[in-house]
Amino acid sequence: MVNLKELSTRQDPLTGGHRMCPGCGAPIVVRQILMATKDPKVVVCATGCLEVSTTIFPYNAWTIPYLHNAFENAAATLSGIEACYQNFKRKGKIDKPIQFVAFGGDGGTYDIGLQSLSGAMERGHDLLYVCYNNEAYMNTGVQRSGATPKGANTTTEPVGKVKQGKVQWRKDLTEIMVAHGIPYVAQSIVGNWADLTRKAEKAFSIRGPKFMNVLQPCRLGWGYKPEDTCELGRLAVETCVWPSYEVENGVYKINLKPKNKKPVVEFLKTQDRFRHLFKPGNEHLLEEIQKEVDRRWEQLLAKEQSTAIAIKGGENK
Amino acid sequence: MSVKKPAWKELNEGDVVEAGTAVKFETGDWRSERPTWHPEICIQCLICWTYCPDSSILVENQKMTGIDYKHCKGCGICAKECPVKPNKAITMGPERE
Amino acid sequence: MAKVVAKTGNEAMAEAMRQIDPDVVAAYPITPATEIVMIFAKFVADGLVNTEYVAVESEHSAMSACVGAAAAGGRVMTGTSSQGLALMYEILPIAAALRLPIVMCDVNRAISGPINIHCDHSDTMAARDFGWLQIFSENSQEAYDSLIQAIRIAEDPRVHLPAMVTTDGFIISHCMDRIEILEDNEVKNFIGQDRKTDVKLLDTDKPVAIGSIDLQDYYFEHRMPVAQAMKDSKKVILEVAQEFGQKFGRKYGLLEEYKTADAENIIVALGSTCGTAKVVVDELRAQGKKVGLLKIRVFRPFPAEEIVQVLSKAKNVAVLDRSDSWSGQGGQVFTEIRSALFDTKVKPGMINFIYGLGGREIDLDQIRSAFKALEEIDKQPMVSYLGMRQ
Repeated sequence: MVNLKELSTRQDPLTGGHRMCPGCGAPIVVRQILMATKDPKVVVCATGCLEVSTTIFPYNAWTIPYLHNAFENAAATLSGIEACYQNFKRKGKIDKPIQFVAFGGDGGTYDIGLQSLSGAMERGHDLLYVCYNNEAYMNTGVQRSGATPKGANTTTEPVGKVKQGKVQWRKDLTEIMVAHGIPYVAQSIVGNWADLTRKAEKAFSIRGPKFMNVLQPCRLGWGYKPEDTCELGRLAVETCVWPSYEVENGVYKINLKPKNKKPVVEFLKTQDRFRHLFKPGNEHLLEEIQKEVDRRWEQLLAKEQSTAIAIKGGENK
Repeated sequence: MSVKKPAWKELNEGDVVEAGTAVKFETGDWRSERPTWHPEICIQCLICWTYCPDSSILVENQKMTGIDYKHCKGCGICAKECPVKPNKAITMGPERE
Repeated sequence: MAKVVAKTGNEAMAEAMRQIDPDVVAAYPITPATEIVMIFAKFVADGLVNTEYVAVESEHSAMSACVGAAAAGGRVMTGTSSQGLALMYEILPIAAALRLPIVMCDVNRAISGPINIHCDHSDTMAARDFGWLQIFSENSQEAYDSLIQAIRIAEDPRVHLPAMVTTDGFIISHCMDRIEILEDNEVKNFIGQDRKTDVKLLDTDKPVAIGSIDLQDYYFEHRMPVAQAMKDSKKVILEVAQEFGQKFGRKYGLLEEYKTADAENIIVALGSTCGTAKVVVDELRAQGKKVGLLKIRVFRPFPAEEIVQVLSKAKNVAVLDRSDSWSGQGGQVFTEIRSALFDTKVKPGMINFIYGLGGREIDLDQIRSAFKALEEIDKQPMVSYLGMRQ
């Protein structure tokens, strides 16, 4: 895998001067993923924090070709660009390799963008879709999305006298993508550059549809000091709240297994959006959350085991 | 002081913008804390460079050369992630004394 | 050498698409437009075109993929109707704002509800405010010819706007007709082998951002070019029509004036109804009545001056709208024509017939009754519903 020194010689896809919040994880996701390849790139962004903050006319923070269409159609829009590229390649009008990357927030990917994403993945376009997942509709002021974890305080499922934040467990979009049978699906975080870079490298080396779901701590929506963005990403992995894993052609591999699995409260207590869970009377919620985190983690371990046996014929790495 | 903005006929067709024009927008004045780099103890690991959300760690020939204060927002990630011990090679201090 | 063939409206449009051979087609099925993209898909499967066919999972994604492909520099087409067009509504104005010359086959079908698969103009009329050129076809020949011309018009640097060419659902789309088609190379020579464009997203050596967010200080100015291009497109439409007429013999314009020169009573209509109306006009003329039909071919840009020139000489005008704008003041064509005539000193009397909603047949008798009504225009309500059971 490429090292940081080599990476530092590559073109930065973003300039300074964008309006993301201080300490925002989204541009970190963009920079680390896009710099993992030296190939020319074309990016499509869904409406959201990243899109709005990087392209307030006439200030464009992107140094590579970029298109924004609407909120729910980043995958469909990118499909069109990729289709035109394939056509031009067949006609001999273009011969350089181009990597096609879509960035969408969890809002534009889990919810309103799910159909467009599913269609693009099913059709087998050669593109990478990256969900920068900050677990709510942050750009419009922290509304709940399908990616919001249970118990989180958001403005459309807020904490109040009779409600304790989001009622539902978060949707498992990564598994939905695995079910599409695409060649590569990965989960990662802001806070482990090597993990994210290696996965992006792997994705860029594969021809076909790829999906990456990157947990991106948001200091505004989650409520913590901006400098802690990377630390919180790592804590999500250490508590198994957000496992770092990849599924290549159906074979599961968990990449970062915590040596000592931390209790989920270690993660929850760091953020304002979970503060209410520590009030007396909400202990049962903390227990439920720990149970569910454990259940999903065990399930993931089991999948790693079973796909290693089923597909690789018994080799368990 | 307001800058005169272009008339509609002076704009590019289809609202196309050239790459990298955001450099002209200086977010450095967002800071309430400022990072200071201590090159003498810097081990040139470039971890601060990869984690800077604002591309404000300046690098040349695979080595960090400084901080872009015109764009740095003072988020403190660079200081937090700096692995140098016992004293970090980047420390945060108040923007204004 | 023109070939005479038997084709339905959908087949004619698919044939034009085959000869245009776009770079990308992103499409989704919906009655009664499905056949166009179905037939085209067979062309793709048989290697008769070089098109990248993207079988998207919704019309919203169809138009989104079209925007992506056009921004990448491709010549892009699609086709839809009714609810499909409605699902595209979010993206249509974006395509116009980004000045992408996407060309769409729009088979007119009623907008739900209730759900109805038959012809009326409600889908296309509801899209009139999005900055797309809108060209209506009376029959399969016009659909074929207009689709080819639309590529030239849309891609003209003075225009750079997307265009929809319509046919009437089932009435034209599924009706077998005799049409003349051009040779493949005649079409290619007319439209140009490739789309010429300066902005190409795939040009990674000259990276640009397309689709920035505008705050209050730029949105207004960014909308003006669409207004200007819409104005300028009239000239281009006429130029292209002239060249088409010179090369291939069939003449087109913004309107068709059918025996209107000395007409006292004129009916205005769009689409297939014009064919029926012409029969009634001939019949009444044979009886010595001074009547005529004004067919509007191009609805966007709205040919106000040209319409005023024809109608201001008439005494009584009935505008036939195959859609209602639910404003209480009549259909879309009626209100736009009234607005165009506002400044004219000598105005004809004007009434509006809303007809044919949901595929309700409009026949000779109904058109005869419309002309009859014009003979006693003072007794008529401003807006009435023709052919609807009271």
